[in-house]
Amino acid sequence: MRSFLNPLLVLVAVTLGITAGSVVPVLAKVELKVTGGNIEPLPIAITDFQGGDALGAQISQIVTADLKRSGLFAPIDKAAFIEKISNPDAAPRFDDWKVINAQALVTGSVSKEADGRIRAQYRLWDTFAGQQMAGEQFFANDANQRRVAHIIADAIYERITGEKGYFDTRVVFIDESGAKNARKKRLAIMDQDGANVRYLSDGKSIVLTPRFSPNRQEITYMSYESGQPRVYLLQIETGQRELVGNFPGMTFAPRFSPDGQKVIMSLLRDDGNSNIFAMDLRSRSTTRLTNSTAIDTSPSYSPDGSKVVFTSDRGGRAQIYVMGSDGSGQTRISFGDGVYSTPVWSPRGDLIAFTKQTGGEFQIGVMKTDGSGERILSSGFQQEGPTWAPNGRVLMFFRDTNGGPKLVSVDLTGRNEQPIPTANFASDPAWSPLLE
Amino acid sequence: MGRIAALTRNPAMIALVAALAITGCASKKTPNNAADLGLNGAGAATPGSAQDFTVNIGDRIFFDTDSSSIRADAQTTLARQAQWLNQYKQYAIVVEGHADERGTREYNLALGARRAAAARDFLVSKGVAGGRLKTISYGKERPVAVCDDISCWSQNRRAVTTLSGAGS
Repeated sequence: MRSFLNPLLVLVAVTLGITAGSVVPVLAKVELKVTGGNIEPLPIAITDFQGGDALGAQISQIVTADLKRSGLFAPIDKAAFIEKISNPDAAPRFDDWKVINAQALVTGSVSKEADGRIRAQYRLWDTFAGQQMAGEQFFANDANQRRVAHIIADAIYERITGEKGYFDTRVVFIDESGAKNARKKRLAIMDQDGANVRYLSDGKSIVLTPRFSPNRQEITYMSYESGQPRVYLLQIETGQRELVGNFPGMTFAPRFSPDGQKVIMSLLRDDGNSNIFAMDLRSRSTTRLTNSTAIDTSPSYSPDGSKVVFTSDRGGRAQIYVMGSDGSGQTRISFGDGVYSTPVWSPRGDLIAFTKQTGGEFQIGVMKTDGSGERILSSGFQQEGPTWAPNGRVLMFFRDTNGGPKLVSVDLTGRNEQPIPTANFASDPAWSPLLE
Repeated sequence: MGRIAALTRNPAMIALVAALAITGCASKKTPNNAADLGLNGAGAATPGSAQDFTVNIGDRIFFDTDSSSIRADAQTTLARQAQWLNQYKQYAIVVEGHADERGTREYNLALGARRAAAARDFLVSKGVAGGRLKTISYGKERPVAVCDDISCWSQNRRAVTTLSGAGS
């Protein structure tokens, strides 16, 4: 089977020193506070990387698109550039960039090494301070051109916002095609910007709810391939599949524990209700976490693994509950006006994202882990299933429009909503951790 | 001409037509069998065949929103199903549970499972041997009606009794 995530990539990162043209370091003036409510996107000029024929311009284009979609940067139209960068390693004419209000400037170059690898380097300049903020170079094999650009975008994002980026990531999702009453559903994986789509199943069986392992090239998902719907593991690299556990009834709604050693999921009881179980993937032992005559589903671990948030209708209609990861102390946390489901714990640990149904609408929102501070980020006729970017600032979910679902991202301000381009209908996105 | 012939060859298709007809604005009453639909199905289906079950007995029941309670009309259908199943014991039975789209995917898988179990338990209470019955949930993944309003949602909230094994 073809390798989807090329581990050979890599990425030797070398920090580039300050060039001779630079002045004595002063305190950088470029910074972006991303904690407040109103964020003014930072004007940034991203020049075409030198060399590599079309590759230089392509890298610049990918970096620009990543930063723009984050909502935190306002890339300046290249037509406004005054200085034409000829030597990306030399200090630019800062005045030429200040006059077009480019507070940050990116220059770079790309070239092919004798061994066929690509060498890409970038420098990030603070134009008002007149100094270099960052500079690195990377080596990658040819298949990873886009990854190099995403890595550079992540480096710029992190240097300026002080937070980790999320561009060098992938999304696993369900590709949907065909009529609504005969929908073909295929497991698929792509870069977070919609590029490099690969299919991981053939569409013969219904597949649903894929989720990434936190530390392996592995996903857990649900499939009808055996007739009875069950939870599986899939090695992305090899295509090897494995049933998770040997339970009598349907297993569904799987997720990994933060250490990747367990899968937590729902198991159908004979009476038609569903309880939550965790299975240790090494010992294969299972632990029952809930034992209610209700629907208990959609479990999601806190990032430290100590707690689990889940959906239950034990109180009448679906609401969000939190418990210890041993099943202790089950406590309802959602009390708003509506029905709550699909809770997902933020990778930062501070928030829980959810789907809420109220007033004929489906909303994507976040609340604190005690249920307080609920904020709705997006409302629509039919939308559900948030997944967190690894830095905890952006959510992706799916929204039904014009006859089928499409993927959408929204940041924590709720003001920056972006469609994720997919060829077909798409649902159940799950964001990967940052790639290694 | 070919329409009825095609329909009677395909029980699933008949069921779909019946289901859609219930919501049709013009329909004055709820058609329960093929005769009501003008298909003359009662004569067309061999007694004891899967087609007989689908056309003359009715293979599905419907549920209220977010509920797995067996409604009075559904009890009538299930009682009729049980009587038929007890007469024709050669069939193994799978009860499919389904949900409408007004719920999230995982919750609806659980809800469909609960509906299938409720229908199964009712059939067992009417004497159908538990060993013949299996259940499966399709959540909201297999809608039969595909519009975006109540008329369709009510058709999709269903449990469908399907026959397998000998004789079908």
